Amino acid sequence: MTEISAFSIDPDTAMLIVVAAIATYFTRIGGYVLMSSMKRIPPRVESALNAVPAAVLTTLVAPPFIYGGWDIKIAMVVALVVGLRFPGLTILAVGWAAVMAARYGLGLGA
Amino acid sequence: MRIVRKSAQSDPHRTAVPREQCMDSHEQLTNGLKKGAIVAISSAPFGILFGAIAVDNGFSITEAALMSGLVYGGASQLVGIELFGHHVAAWVIVLSILAVNFRHILYSAALTPVLGRYPHVQRWLAFFLLVDPQFAETVKREDSCKPATFRWYFAMGAVVWVSWILTTVIGAFFGRMIGDPKALGIDVLLPIYFLGLTMGFRSRHNFIPVMLAGAIGSVAAFHIVGSPWHISVGAALGILVAAILPPPKMHEEPDVSEIEREAM
Repeated sequence: MTEISAFSIDPDTAMLIVVAAIATYFTRIGGYVLMSSMKRIPPRVESALNAVPAAVLTTLVAPPFIYGGWDIKIAMVVALVVGLRFPGLTILAVGWAAVMAARYGLGLGA
Repeated sequence: MRIVRKSAQSDPHRTAVPREQCMDSHEQLTNGLKKGAIVAISSAPFGILFGAIAVDNGFSITEAALMSGLVYGGASQLVGIELFGHHVAAWVIVLSILAVNFRHILYSAALTPVLGRYPHVQRWLAFFLLVDPQFAETVKREDSCKPATFRWYFAMGAVVWVSWILTTVIGAFFGRMIGDPKALGIDVLLPIYFLGLTMGFRSRHNFIPVMLAGAIGSVAAFHIVGSPWHISVGAALGILVAAILPPPKMHEEPDVSEIEREAM
């Protein structure tokens, strides 16, 4: 890696990025295109769509908890309890403090 | 074990809101900027992390910024750059990014009634900005007596997008100074951030069964087929459970009793 390469664009890499971006954009309009082609939304489909936030977000939370070390587990449980009362940024700050305490105070997950 | 909370409204997402009452354009702008700033702060470590890893794996600063600006999906970018560093075939990288981002199909389907209200150009731009926190905040805002207008949506999205690119560039410049993300506790921020977002939906109809299905499905799939496919498998299971369970009745506060009954 030379100094010159810091700002350069490799054509193959640029192509990769653009194709990945197009693929991603398709996922962001795909559901809309499908839904707007339906005349009426059946109640079951509506129920399913209402479940999207909880269903998807849970898949980003559960595996790190189960497969993470005790430091991660403790931090996430603390964040869960705090989250019953406080908003997002507080959860994040307390969770971060908890993981640091677990790592450096209790020596977990090293 | 069960966290059940009484919600003030019964599935407010679908109830008609007198929109004229809340068309305060100043509030839309300031609230959108504020929501965007909160997400910008909490996603900054990941922007920096991505920039640092990108340069480490052979991207130039420009390429890292280009990817953040065009793909604009943190988790998928981290997966993509990891594979790029291992010199994996380009089509595998694209397919993996597609797999990580597949959940956005569900987001765009769920937000059809909201973003479908926008005029054409704004609508296609709005879908481009549809990342996890943007989706969650838009749904939350529609749940309250505040329509997610394009002004609000774009104010939030623009702040997040610009800060994502900026933090990527910062990370790409100063990447080697960060050191081990784990030592600084950065690795735990993303799951906790998503945990907070998930909890924001706990008063929704069927939250507990959907969450359990998503959790079990994703953990099992993580073990059996591995990342990133566990996201799609877990989400599909959660959504399937919601589709099978009886739809909510539009009465006063049905949430608690129905969740209690259906969870048996």
